[in-house]
Amino acid sequence: MRVRWLAPTVYIIFLMVPIYWLLNMSFKSTNEILGGFSLYPHDFTLDNYREIFRDPFWYGGYINSIIYVSLNMLISVTAALPAAYAFSRYRFLGDKHLFFWLLTNRMAPPAVFVLPFLQLYSEVGLFDTHIAVALAHCLFNIPLAVWILEGFMSGVPKELDETAYVDGYSFPKFFFKIFLPTIKSGIGVTAFFCFMFSWVEMLLAKNLTQIDAKPIVAAMTRTASASGYELGLLAAAGCLTIVPGAIVIYFVRNYIAKGFALGRV
Amino acid sequence: MATKTDNNRAWLFVIPVVALVAFNALVPLMTVVNYSVQETFGDNLFFWHGLGWFEDILRSERAHAALGRQMLFTAIILVIEVPLGVAIALAMPRKGPWVSVCLVLMALPLLIPWNVVGAMWNILALPDIGLLGHTINAMGIDYNFTQQPIAAWFTMVLMDVWHWTSLVVLLAYAGLISIPDAYYQAAKIDGARGWAVFRHIQLPKMNRVLTIAILLRFMDSFMVYTEPFVLTGGGPGNSTTLLSIDLVKMAVGQFDLGRGGAMSLIYFLITLLVSWIFYTLMTRNESQ
Repeated sequence: MRVRWLAPTVYIIFLMVPIYWLLNMSFKSTNEILGGFSLYPHDFTLDNYREIFRDPFWYGGYINSIIYVSLNMLISVTAALPAAYAFSRYRFLGDKHLFFWLLTNRMAPPAVFVLPFLQLYSEVGLFDTHIAVALAHCLFNIPLAVWILEGFMSGVPKELDETAYVDGYSFPKFFFKIFLPTIKSGIGVTAFFCFMFSWVEMLLAKNLTQIDAKPIVAAMTRTASASGYELGLLAAAGCLTIVPGAIVIYFVRNYIAKGFALGRV
Repeated sequence: MATKTDNNRAWLFVIPVVALVAFNALVPLMTVVNYSVQETFGDNLFFWHGLGWFEDILRSERAHAALGRQMLFTAIILVIEVPLGVAIALAMPRKGPWVSVCLVLMALPLLIPWNVVGAMWNILALPDIGLLGHTINAMGIDYNFTQQPIAAWFTMVLMDVWHWTSLVVLLAYAGLISIPDAYYQAAKIDGARGWAVFRHIQLPKMNRVLTIAILLRFMDSFMVYTEPFVLTGGGPGNSTTLLSIDLVKMAVGQFDLGRGGAMSLIYFLITLLVSWIFYTLMTRNESQ
């Protein structure tokens, strides 16, 4: 029992090593990286980061990613709220089958659907727009959002609804004034998960965009091919993709465990 | 679970979700079905091919090998990540300032874009300038993941353990902190310790979250594409060409739409079947 902290500590160190290595590389010039093995940058430089903030091709990628991720978060949570309420409070024709059908979309390998997606979004004229990526990511984020929100809502006793109706609240007034504030931590967690899965997905995001809405992850694949390997730049761009994630985790840190259990604990 | 009332008007609440998901799911799925039963000679000319592609896939050694690799990968991942995740969750502090620190740091790998994860591990494992590759070679073990299939598999599995074990940790932890102190006190009075507490109190209480963990890890590792592709590109040779990587090669690379479509559907059906089994187990637990 004395060495209980050992396992989590070793595990966290294991998690941090690759991140440290990426950070280490981002402060080196590509020449120094290719020049040989070193545990820390001998010739510390911020040039890689400067390049990213100077070139619109790079920072534009970040802005695009943040736009479609936010749009997706907004669409997913707004659509999922009433649906999750219906699943948690009512029995209706085909409810169980519908719920499983929604989940099956979380199981569709994106690799399978890349080509049809591309054709579909070109057909409706949304190719290379932020909204296309935001809508496409709904495929796996909406089922997840419904699943998590349903978990949180089922934890709210039904007496809350009934008391509100007895007190003369109409449904919309009850839903917005009483119910939503009650499950606000659940909404926060759901938004976090939508952010997370939209932010990390790149196969669809990359293939549905070309120039105007190109995500940062796609910009990164260019370095690999363009002028040889610009490893330093690649590492700096990689480090910057970790930052938004770290910020949002900090905000939901107290609910994160419950959120990963989809509200079902 | 709260008791539910019958109300078919609840469908109105579900319509937006159904519309959004159906748009994204049904049209592409039908496109894939379409491809899978047709043969094309380019120029947008398609001919009816019946179940030919399916027969083809079921007999193809290439598809069998890719499916075998995918299953092996998923099996290894589940065997390592689930026990490891539970063990770490058991050792984590339950109270105090360190809880948040642990949770935030552990969740970090989950929020890194998947191609960055692949690139990061590629850089880390390079035998000459990467920390991992350099260290292993310095220990006198010949290691080069771009040339040795075993080294490639080792790196790929280690990367996934790094990337996803935290998901199991967080789920198991959520299950553990929901156990009231009274349970432990009762166990103490009965003289139960260590293994007995785990077997009869903690494990049953984690049952539900662990089913979710296994379901999610199964689905995601069975569909994994980006990270191993960025790491190894399916090589050396075909040794790390998982089913998903093979599929993209076939459909996008070689533009073999019919065979790719048929394979996609078989792939999807396998995932669906296994997930359905887990889902049934899970909902049965919930209704008890």
